[in-house]
Amino acid sequence: MTTNTSTRGKMALFIGCAVLMAVAPFVIGSVLGNSWVRIVDFALLYIMLALGLNIVVGFAGLLDMGYIAFYAVGAYTYALLSSPQFGLHLPFYVTIPLGAICAACFGLLLGTPVLRLKGDYLAIVTLGFGEIIRIFMNNLNQPINITNGPQGVNLIDPIHLGDVTLGKTMQIGSLNLPVVYLHYYLFLILSVLVVILASRLQHSRIGRAWVALREDDIAAASMGINIRNIKLLAFALGALSGGVAGGLFASFQGFISPESFGLMESIMILAMVVLGGMGHIPGVVLGAVVLTVAPEILRDTIGPLQMNTFGRMIVDPENARQLLFGLALVVMMLVRPAGMWPSKRRALEFSDAKAKARAQKG
Amino acid sequence: MDIFLQQILNGLVLGSIYALIALGYTMVYGIMGLINFAHGEVVMLGAMVTITIVNALVNAGVSLPGPVILAIGLFVAIPACMLVGFTIERIAYRPLRGAPRLAPLITAIGLSISLQQIAILIWGRNYIPFPPILNQDVVTFFGASITKLQIFIIVLCLLIMTGLLVMVEKTKLGRAMRATSQNPSVASLMGVNVNSIISATFVIGSGLGAVAGVMVATNYDQAHYYMGYLIGMKAFTAAVLGGIGNLGGAVLGGILLGIIESLGAGYIGDLTGGFLGSNYQDVFAFVVLILVLIFRPSGLLGEKLADRA
Repeated sequence: MTTNTSTRGKMALFIGCAVLMAVAPFVIGSVLGNSWVRIVDFALLYIMLALGLNIVVGFAGLLDMGYIAFYAVGAYTYALLSSPQFGLHLPFYVTIPLGAICAACFGLLLGTPVLRLKGDYLAIVTLGFGEIIRIFMNNLNQPINITNGPQGVNLIDPIHLGDVTLGKTMQIGSLNLPVVYLHYYLFLILSVLVVILASRLQHSRIGRAWVALREDDIAAASMGINIRNIKLLAFALGALSGGVAGGLFASFQGFISPESFGLMESIMILAMVVLGGMGHIPGVVLGAVVLTVAPEILRDTIGPLQMNTFGRMIVDPENARQLLFGLALVVMMLVRPAGMWPSKRRALEFSDAKAKARAQKG
Repeated sequence: MDIFLQQILNGLVLGSIYALIALGYTMVYGIMGLINFAHGEVVMLGAMVTITIVNALVNAGVSLPGPVILAIGLFVAIPACMLVGFTIERIAYRPLRGAPRLAPLITAIGLSISLQQIAILIWGRNYIPFPPILNQDVVTFFGASITKLQIFIIVLCLLIMTGLLVMVEKTKLGRAMRATSQNPSVASLMGVNVNSIISATFVIGSGLGAVAGVMVATNYDQAHYYMGYLIGMKAFTAAVLGGIGNLGGAVLGGILLGIIESLGAGYIGDLTGGFLGSNYQDVFAFVVLILVLIFRPSGLLGEKLADRA
């Protein structure tokens, strides 16, 4: 009986969540306006990105600071294959998987040379890799124009299938579905898919191998885990998710340029993973949502707040926002180094480390 | 041939600046085993503070010779940067000693972002020009030209680096630093105050960073709130190239990287048949970094660091 009620409870919770998710854009759109639905769309994209990076950083413990490169590869693959840049207009079911595969290949390309590196060194090399990709995208407009350089690629096709397109308001009966709502549903389905895949991976044989690798690679190797393959798999799967998100980003924005793929974006995604709670899927989702929504709230409040209190702008809101982000990183690490919502295992590791440090001091 | 010599000279100027910054990275790494990600920002602040002082003096109509004005600026910038370096260690590193490595990395990145934003608050987002107070006379030999200022930069860098090496090898402070880098707990048992040695390391490294920042600003005639990131990355590459934790290695790595970069930028167009141009100059540092870490992670002069690399 008890199992029956608990499954029924779970079922009810699930249906409740599903209904809530389904009506969310209408509620947000009517209360806060459609620009906020757009922000929620981006939050969903960032969930996919953060979960992808979480595979590399959280599960396998490989510190990747150039993750945005895979996002860029996915986005550029989509953009170049379905925009007037080369006059190609391939359908999304070709370009998005292709972008994901390209990104995964780049993941292997990055992963292979850095197999022996750990910690800070790995961070620096991946950071350099991200920069190299960005510099190439910025400069591959001559002598042959491939990426259109700093101007970026424009007029990218929205996702469409036959006559159905996500690029225009859709009318179903008397229901009007604007572009941001349509993308909301697409991104929601895909990010739920990524969440499910990530949690299945985490509890699989592979996921346990990643944990073993993260905790002690030598012990893991002596237990018969093939360290090389398992590391490469983490890089490739993480990149795959980034590639999909990149393709979606390109189709949603209709315009991409190298500026969207700078170091700051990589740091932002890393911050989502770390501040959310590394290796803990609900924590990472929370981190992605908070770090997408909080800056937007700040953007809307910092300016008016200054106008009201001082009567003039003292600090540029963009500037203040970034400064707060930087300080938040520092404060979070000092106060809650394991993140906002850490997994139990992780929280224990951090309190262990603290106890050890205290023992050393005393 | 004169182009070759010219690029070597340019590389030497650039390289000696990299070496000075690389020393800051390598000293901190040698003692704590951590990369100070906020070091580039210290370099930037050094340049910014000096330019501000110099501009203020020039605008106030002070009629001192250029080098003296610059020296006054430097004497303000060095202590300011030392204070920043000291604060960085206190906020970002000391509370997290013994925590998993990711934590201090994130705090350092957070501080680095914050320092950049503070620089924007104070100096704005535009490039700040360095006032033309210095002698820009050019010396030519064998068809290559170099300004007197650049010669001065190279000589000053060499002097500072020699001074640092002597300090580390001969003085009591230097001995304490070496002891701490070998084994902090044993060093503290021998009466070394490990905390103040770590602070001292950050302070000295930041002072060197300030000098390097000023050199960058005078060499390129400008400074910018974002300049610290790229120059910091390159200096870090230099430190890794020479063998991180090794002072002589940082110097060698810096000079080598400067020469590689300017030769690369000068010849990449010819080598690739015009496909890649000198706008790829910044890629060289990253490529060198990746190659070194793959093939010789301990660097040119470094010892084997099996666990760290």
